[in-house]
Amino acid sequence: MANPAPITYATSALFDRRPLHFDPSLRRNRFNLLFTTIAGVFAAIAVLPLVLVLVHVLVQGGRLISFGMLSQLPPPPGLDGGGIGNAILGTILVTLIASLIAIPVGVGGGVYLSEYSSRGWFAQFVGFGNDVLAGVPSIIAGVFVYGVVVTTRIFFDQSYSAMAGGIALAVLMLPTVIKTTDEGLKLVPQELRWGAYGVGASKFVTVTRITLPSAFTPIATGVVLAIARAAGETAPLIFTALFSPFWPEGVFSPIATMSVLIFNFAIMPYEVQNALAWAASFVLVMMILGANLLARWISRMAKV
Amino acid sequence: MPTDPNPALNADAFTLRRRPPAEKVVDLGFRQLTLLLASTVAIVLLGIFLTVFQGAREAIATFGLNFLTTSNWDPVNEQYGAFIAIYGTLVSSLLALLIAVPLGVGTAIFITEDLIPTALRDAIGLMVELLAAIPSVVLGLWAIFVMEPAIRPALNLLHSLLGWSPFFNTVPQGPGMAPAILILVVMVLPIITAISRDALNQVPIELRQGAYGVGTTRWGAIFSVILPAAISAITGGVMLALGRAMGETMAVTMIIGNALNFDLSLLAPGNTIASMLANQFGEADGIQVSALMYAALILMVLTFSVNVAAQWIVRRLSLRY
Repeated sequence: MANPAPITYATSALFDRRPLHFDPSLRRNRFNLLFTTIAGVFAAIAVLPLVLVLVHVLVQGGRLISFGMLSQLPPPPGLDGGGIGNAILGTILVTLIASLIAIPVGVGGGVYLSEYSSRGWFAQFVGFGNDVLAGVPSIIAGVFVYGVVVTTRIFFDQSYSAMAGGIALAVLMLPTVIKTTDEGLKLVPQELRWGAYGVGASKFVTVTRITLPSAFTPIATGVVLAIARAAGETAPLIFTALFSPFWPEGVFSPIATMSVLIFNFAIMPYEVQNALAWAASFVLVMMILGANLLARWISRMAKV
Repeated sequence: MPTDPNPALNADAFTLRRRPPAEKVVDLGFRQLTLLLASTVAIVLLGIFLTVFQGAREAIATFGLNFLTTSNWDPVNEQYGAFIAIYGTLVSSLLALLIAVPLGVGTAIFITEDLIPTALRDAIGLMVELLAAIPSVVLGLWAIFVMEPAIRPALNLLHSLLGWSPFFNTVPQGPGMAPAILILVVMVLPIITAISRDALNQVPIELRQGAYGVGTTRWGAIFSVILPAAISAITGGVMLALGRAMGETMAVTMIIGNALNFDLSLLAPGNTIASMLANQFGEADGIQVSALMYAALILMVLTFSVNVAAQWIVRRLSLRY
């Protein structure tokens, strides 16, 4: 029997190899390059404002920072010197009031949504309301607190106060805290809860000793970000906490905050005041960027 | 009669432990407490609406719907109309979105589609996130002292080239609608980028593989497969950004000029509802407070409808894979 004809690969010469080579002059490749370039330029434009703002705040504000700047009162218009000490203290105080209100309420609300509600109409309604509240413009929160707290003078007959400002900021923080708590608790494996019930823990013990601690990281991250955002808010404070050129006189009096100081002093025609606005921006941006990095650090620690 | 192999177990170990009453009380109390805390959202939301509506009633009764279409804001004669502010709110936020949407979506594509090394992608993503953390009032300060002087030559050029059209027929003199729109772009860009990035990341890998498998190019896949799959979430994000832009107060207030006269020109000072509130609310009294509350109510209705529409779009238009 004759051997079968040896296989030749001559037919492969018919196969056109050219399309397998990358040819940049093809229309589709030029189209690709064009759009990749456009996307790259857009990304550069998107990053540009952060770089410009940061550089300017760090340079313009950073060179003004001194011990006196951080510890003195702002000067009367027209005079030199002074600092933003009262505003730094005020921002810390008002943000603290807001946190003391918003964190317990928000974490509690989040616990209800995640652990107790059976995802019925009430939970859906609260979830929807939370999204709506998150979209309410911050100035409206100011108007609300002005109407409920400032004009009614419910706190010892005081109108504008640090307390009112703190409540307004708490209204803005609340949706974020509820949402992060709810979502953080949903990530906790169901087996952990079953295990706790299995050894006889009550629901209260399960939630407070097992579920909440294991969701600590996402909740803490969200809370830190919410605090950072609240510290920079201005609109709800303009007509609730108002402003004060003096040191804080307790939580039921008007109080200076860095954000309102920046707003008031930026539009004044005095260079001293403008410089104080830049210095306050420096301190505020440092605090907020620090909080953001802290939030990142918390969430990274947990992954390890 | 079968005997239990281990009677000791039967005796105590399997008797049910009765829950002590204290534990039941704590359990029930905790449940009611969290229910109460969850309800604060609804109470606050209702409170905001009722406060603003109650405050606005006098102005609604006095000015009616003319408030929306008249533009005189005259505290001396107690005549109020919010047309300038409503117009400014809508125009500034819509034009800002017009610029920010291509920028934001383009950036999101650039940092999700494997065009550049991961480290660089993460760096750009982090920077855009940090941009969102910069307080609005700091951006306003920057806009007054740095951005506006820097873009004035460009606006002057725009005026000399397009000065014949009513939109550019005023000489730019510091604060105005155009710088306000630009600072709004800076403010909504991180929102659009972040949401588009999440949306693009959630497009199933199989869709990409399928697209590349049938031989499309990268941008062919992006335009005809990946973007359409992510479009509902991106649209939802754009609507959220629109709501944010309409309610944005500080940066806009500081740079828009707070005009009391209507001008079609984008280079002239304008006004928005939020900046009107920020400027006048503290010093207003009598019916002016009510008129401002009326404007606040309009702003609330606008942002509320935009946010509800955003949620509806995300829920309705999402593709089922």
